[in-house]
Amino acid sequence: MDGAVPLFRMEGISKRYGGVRALEKAKLSVTSGSIHAILGENGAGKSTLIKVMAGVVAPDEGRMMLDGSEVTFASPAAANQAGIVCIFQELSLVPELSVADNIVISDPPKRFGMIDRKAQRRIAEEALARAGAADIHPLALVKDLPLSRRQIVEIAKALARKPRILILDEATSALTAADVAKIFGVLKRLRSEGLALLYISHRMNEIAELADQCTVFRNGRNVASYAAGTKSDNEVVELMIGREYSHIFPPKPVRAPATAAPVLEARKLSWTDRLDNISLSVGAGEVVGLGGLDGQGQRELLLAFFGVLRGLSGQILIDGRPATIASPAAARDDRIGMALIPEDRKTEGLMLPMTVRENLSFAALDRLSRAGIIDRAAEQRLIDDMVALLAIKTAGLDIPVGALSGGNQQKVVIAKWLMRQPRIILLNDPTRGIDVGTKQELYQLMRKLADQGAAILFYSTDYDELIGCCDRVLVLYDGAVKRELVGAEITERALIASALNIHGEEMAVRGMAKTPARGMAKTPARGADA
Amino acid sequence: MKDWRYWLAEQRGTLLAFGIFIVMFTIYTSNHPAGFTANVVQTASNKGVLLAFVAMAQTLVVITAGIDLSVGMIFLLTNCLASWLVVGTGIETAFGVVAVLGTGLLCGAINGAIVIYGRLQPIVTTIATGAVYYGIALLLRPFPGGSVNEDLADALTGRLFGVVPASLVVLLAVVLVVWVPFSRSVLGRAAYAAGSSEMAAYMSGVPIRRGKFAAYALAGLLAAIGGLFLTFFTYTGEAAYASGNAYTLFSIAAVVLGGVSLFGGKGSAIGAIFGALAFRTIGDLLFVFDFDPLWQPLFQGVILLIAVSLGAFALFRVRNRLEWFL
Repeated sequence: MDGAVPLFRMEGISKRYGGVRALEKAKLSVTSGSIHAILGENGAGKSTLIKVMAGVVAPDEGRMMLDGSEVTFASPAAANQAGIVCIFQELSLVPELSVADNIVISDPPKRFGMIDRKAQRRIAEEALARAGAADIHPLALVKDLPLSRRQIVEIAKALARKPRILILDEATSALTAADVAKIFGVLKRLRSEGLALLYISHRMNEIAELADQCTVFRNGRNVASYAAGTKSDNEVVELMIGREYSHIFPPKPVRAPATAAPVLEARKLSWTDRLDNISLSVGAGEVVGLGGLDGQGQRELLLAFFGVLRGLSGQILIDGRPATIASPAAARDDRIGMALIPEDRKTEGLMLPMTVRENLSFAALDRLSRAGIIDRAAEQRLIDDMVALLAIKTAGLDIPVGALSGGNQQKVVIAKWLMRQPRIILLNDPTRGIDVGTKQELYQLMRKLADQGAAILFYSTDYDELIGCCDRVLVLYDGAVKRELVGAEITERALIASALNIHGEEMAVRGMAKTPARGMAKTPARGADA
Repeated sequence: MKDWRYWLAEQRGTLLAFGIFIVMFTIYTSNHPAGFTANVVQTASNKGVLLAFVAMAQTLVVITAGIDLSVGMIFLLTNCLASWLVVGTGIETAFGVVAVLGTGLLCGAINGAIVIYGRLQPIVTTIATGAVYYGIALLLRPFPGGSVNEDLADALTGRLFGVVPASLVVLLAVVLVVWVPFSRSVLGRAAYAAGSSEMAAYMSGVPIRRGKFAAYALAGLLAAIGGLFLTFFTYTGEAAYASGNAYTLFSIAAVVLGGVSLFGGKGSAIGAIFGALAFRTIGDLLFVFDFDPLWQPLFQGVILLIAVSLGAFALFRVRNRLEWFL
């Protein structure tokens, strides 16, 4: 870093969420007039790092220095005051207010105690012009703007706060190529004006174009800092690899070539700008994984199958026959027999204040009732079966499900759907935030259900799980399937490279040669595919 | 797009309510035996402003994505209090008015403090505080009675220059003194932002709590102005439970008619005023067409349903069905 005094430095920053270690003695230093890229796979600690910097999360230990003196931020407002402004992945715009209202929201110009609308308009126009978006009308309501424009407003809003350090967290993920080019021009100009920019992205080409300095995170630690351009893409992927393996996976069966039509098939599925021409098939007894970085359309794809999205183009086939799935109720119907284990069990999977018993039987009530009256005895039998099958640990069936541990709550969600004996099971990152023991039980269960003939489509942000559980993995990028990995091709290296959309056949080949050996050593139960 | 189009889009709810009111009021006066005379307008105005004040109060809270079921009871409490205090000499009357308005402000502030700092749901909080406010009103006036400074009452319910209803002028003044500054202040914007997306507002460092508190407190003040006017019209105080509840519910109806979103973050008190005036005119319409007054609740309900359905069309555009539940 050619001897420049860092504007901002953090050292020994650690943060835990319950038992999960998000950051472990992380350090980072940022210089004025440069763009610093942060790299790392899902869950490497990037988001927590910037939340600490922006005053959203208080670190458990460690210290931060600004201009050489130690600082702590009690709130996002305090960080803003110090000149650190962050543009988060989740937008922070108020939808019912106008663009101008939003841009000045933290500190509106005032006259006689009231907001000075003329001054506000002027500030907004300046900020929009600086963000290269003079075509956005300051009076337009944010909720009427498309996502890409909102992201530019978000940048304009950050600029209006006159930051010294600007943090962009996946700020280009919703932008079109033309918008990205504009934003890059803006960012480069800001750098020449002396701002320090922290840029988090998983698009390697963007980083190559923008960054002066790069830092790679892995497992909550920073593993390397280097000047941009001094490492090849392959070397960067190398640095990002190396998760700690802690799971035991059930063996994968050797699969005979499929003869029957796949249970679930999609042909050229597209939806708004989130799904792009996706074709895939899942056969009976098969576990197909969805990989890629978070938010590349995996969730939308599962929702599309489950009948939640409207205006879907393309075709969904069940048992080789075209099917129209108009709602979740239609999807779970016996003719289709689909179940979705949702990502957010607290809002989409469970009714937390209701009892374990009620939650378990919700999805299957129509099967358990005659003429609208619930057959209590049949309900009890089925519930007992499920509690035994999944080993749900609960003090009783009549306590609120919210009182259970996260892992047991997730088991309830799964059991609820298994009560219908689904043929197609969609799982949306089902192991997020649950303990290792329960995770292993879920892996075993998933394989058992597949062996019984279920078709399973499994999205996970944990590459390790995809490697350990799946017969095939489809890697999504920008709403499209970028790569299909089969059997022994499913390696961490291949997953990361294709998730980052790096074209490197050579790398994939090297990965194939190396990984099975490591897999053998660390996960002995996985012998079947080696 | 030109500026005026954005302005138009922003004011659509208000303009729609204004349109509905104008149409209904025109039908009303053109069928009234006396026609469009100062007297007819004055009577209509005096009836209309009561609900208009209470609806303005409701608007402030609804903007924060809350709801205030105690506005009707604050309205009653301040009416009963005014029937004791707003009497006597000029000085005494002035003191009484200040005390009545201060009481309303305090009632609203209590609601706000419980909702914001006690983190209770607005609906539960205001049902409970509403019952308390009604209880106090009943202790103040176990039986209808009391009096009011009649000179002041007659001046504020009469006509200015023989044509303009004084109550309408007061309504305008309150809009200018309370609503306009609030809606253009940082606190007002915080109230809107909190109602639209509390998380985004928090992340942007907006003073959410102070904004919401100001909205609740000013709602109490506006309900008290309504209560004061009720005293001016009736010359008495009465803790009429049914009337208090009716005002609460009608204020919600008026707010919706006026284009204020019950989900928060959107709408204006001016829209709610026209919503209130339109809602009041429904009853008058039935009168000029010689309908049995028994039809009034049914008729009001139908009009309200139609108006509310207009707002639901946006749901047809949703492409991810999960957004229905957001």
